[in-house]
Amino acid sequence: MTADQARTLIAERFSSAQVDGTAPIVISVPVDAWVPFAHFVRIDLGCRFFSFLTAVDWKEQGLEVVYKADNLDDNVSLLVKTRLGPSVTECPSLTSEYAGANWMERECYDMFGIRFDGHPDLRRILLGNDWVGHPLLKSYAVDTPHPPYR
Amino acid sequence: MAIKGPVPEVPAPVWRNFKDLQEWEQLHQRRPEGDKHSALFESVTEGIHSFPGGFLVTTVADNFFNWARKSSVWPVTFGLACCAIEMMATFASRFDVERLGMVPWASPRHSDLMIVSGTVTIKMAPMLERIYDQMPDPKWAVSMGSCANSGGPFRHGYHVVKGVDRVIPVDVYVPGCPPPPESLLNGLLLLQDQIAHFRRTGQRAAPNPKVD
Repeated sequence: MTADQARTLIAERFSSAQVDGTAPIVISVPVDAWVPFAHFVRIDLGCRFFSFLTAVDWKEQGLEVVYKADNLDDNVSLLVKTRLGPSVTECPSLTSEYAGANWMERECYDMFGIRFDGHPDLRRILLGNDWVGHPLLKSYAVDTPHPPYR
Repeated sequence: MAIKGPVPEVPAPVWRNFKDLQEWEQLHQRRPEGDKHSALFESVTEGIHSFPGGFLVTTVADNFFNWARKSSVWPVTFGLACCAIEMMATFASRFDVERLGMVPWASPRHSDLMIVSGTVTIKMAPMLERIYDQMPDPKWAVSMGSCANSGGPFRHGYHVVKGVDRVIPVDVYVPGCPPPPESLLNGLLLLQDQIAHFRRTGQRAAPNPKVD
């Protein structure tokens, strides 16, 4: 499957998705199509390699979740995004599709405070359990003191 | 599927349950100013020093003990980041700190010196403090590199302690990012000179103008 075939297939199956670019193919999907689109990406497009999952804080426009999935056999790579909307922190979990999303969603929860619905074990992964706040949010102040070490 | 709260229930580490270790650490808590020695030893030497002619004993003992201390400063191998590579280079054959009597030792129970080599994160700081508490007195600490001195390039990061002196008392600061082995070696020599100028077996000496 080439990138062009993948683009036509995406346009057929998900008319709500905005497609842009070629390598990687950048796709914006609405939140309610997040998990079905991941299933389509894994099964139909053959993107079985889950590269990474992270988020972007667009301040008052809300958070954006991004993941990259690759088809290593056919050299097709997808960058899939979704906007959660202003002051929304709930997002469907991709762990049912990609087992590798487990720890990445935990890290995303740790850094951005996004609650992934359906995640089997959503808790902090990098920061300590007693940490307050989510440091990669733009609203997190620089030099926030951390007692007893300030 | 219920989402767990931000503070999950994590069982306490098992080693906290060892009663003797807890008691041991209570005995070896970091003391305020004038640490490095037990109060009993200090009062005994104070008594000998005030006895007529006793200062001869204590000053000779000073010199002897200081010589012994500075000639066998054993650093605990405690590498945190890239500075640890330079620290290992200092320990290795080219710069060879063993000729100064320093044996890199992999146990804090037998060590006198902690070289904090690298970035101290907020998550690592309690462990660093614990290892420092496990070292027997007298003990010293060398802060190696910009990160350990002040937080360095990560000073405004969310996860970094802004200087290891907010966690443990530090004797010598070695600047550099990372400091080359020559710098660390110079810092260790300064530390040895500082140890040689301790007064009355336990009191910390005034800053030495020759060194500073």
